[in-house]
Amino acid sequence: MNGAVFLAVYLRDLRLAWRRRTEALLPVAFFLVAASLFPLGVGPDPQVLKLIAPGVVWVCALLAAMLSMPPLYAADHADGSLEQLLLAPDAGLAVAAAKAAAHWTISGAPLVVAAPVLGLLLGLPAEELPVLFLSLFLGTPVLSLLGGVGAALTLGLRSAGMLIVLIVLPLAIPALIFGAGAAAAVDAGQSPSPHLSLLGALLIACLVGAPPATAAALRIAVE
Amino acid sequence: MTPSPQNGRPAATTSPPALPSLRLVDVACRRGDRLLFAGLNETLAAGELLWLRGGNGRGKTSLLRLVAGLAAPEQGQILWGDAPARRHPQFAQQLVYIAHTNALKDDLTAAESLAFLARVHARDAGAPAVRAALARLGLAGRERTPTRSLSQGLRRRVALARLALETAPALWVLDEPFDALDVAGTATLHSLLAQHRARGGSVLLTSHHLHLDAQAASAGFRVLDLDLLPRDAGAAA
Repeated sequence: MNGAVFLAVYLRDLRLAWRRRTEALLPVAFFLVAASLFPLGVGPDPQVLKLIAPGVVWVCALLAAMLSMPPLYAADHADGSLEQLLLAPDAGLAVAAAKAAAHWTISGAPLVVAAPVLGLLLGLPAEELPVLFLSLFLGTPVLSLLGGVGAALTLGLRSAGMLIVLIVLPLAIPALIFGAGAAAAVDAGQSPSPHLSLLGALLIACLVGAPPATAAALRIAVE
Repeated sequence: MTPSPQNGRPAATTSPPALPSLRLVDVACRRGDRLLFAGLNETLAAGELLWLRGGNGRGKTSLLRLVAGLAAPEQGQILWGDAPARRHPQFAQQLVYIAHTNALKDDLTAAESLAFLARVHARDAGAPAVRAALARLGLAGRERTPTRSLSQGLRRRVALARLALETAPALWVLDEPFDALDVAGTATLHSLLAQHRARGGSVLLTSHHLHLDAQAASAGFRVLDLDLLPRDAGAAA
């Protein structure tokens, strides 16, 4: 893997996001608004809200991450940057990894930070908040990596946004189950560590598997 | 095949070994169900410039993309020295491909855009080198302008400023580099091309600008006309 390309692409994406700060904040805003709709829809019963809180936070995080996926490669593809990046020596993996890392830093990390606040809002007990935080900390990079594969596969297609969601959501189901399950386990008086371990294993599998798949899809898209 | 002898100018002034020659062996290119050209044999040695001509849709850009390794030929081989270009360890490092898209980001400044491209391709991305390259293309004083607010011609100049960063012999593959350039920009590009060939670099470019006809004679441009190649093998759809 080409380390210089990784660093250059990662820093450039952060800089571009900084130049468009309000755009970068949209996923978090969506996350907060969507999750705060649930008390209005389900009713303000604290028992019910407490029960569904981990699932609500996780599903909303999942959707927020997917919403920010379509532009990941589309802009670079349109202006010719992607071709230039892939022409550098051994660059495919570095580009895929850097893009996923930048996406997580820009869109995923704010979700992780906002999640405990939302948990409090939904009446989650204090001892479950760190677990929720930890599960999203392990889970959101999985979403960025899987989303990268989806974004690369649908590059150049019309209605790519919807297709990405349809491709990635089924793949993200294990992350959702173990992520939301971790907080639920604490609620049931059990240890959350099996759930978190499985989530960690999932992250490692995606770290190994997703960048090569993304790189291959990018090569096809450019050809 | 041994490295080709230098045509015209000696490359002995540069320390790195001479650039391998680019060889197209029986190359055919297909876009969709249309065979653009077939049976293309051509050699581009170090120090040479090959001007690719042909009508719209004859496959000039497709050929450049084949050479750059962005696409695979339908048939035939593209060799860099003796090895296929796509698998040659040095080829990616020795290639500069500038497409008709400029690969600039609207939100980055001219200097940031150029430095990013230089960094990705392992060229000198330091501030002095970038400033000098932009100045060479007549962009002094515009280093900190976002490329969004540059005109088409100035954006083209930022993209071409990559050529001013080059110091070693390389293969330049340029898609319509003269497009959108004014008289001064065209002159600068010609001087960059001459300097590049003098240090033993080779150039493959497309252009529909007629002023090259005069250059072709005086500066020793070779011409490859895709209109003269057979293309009927696959029957146009």
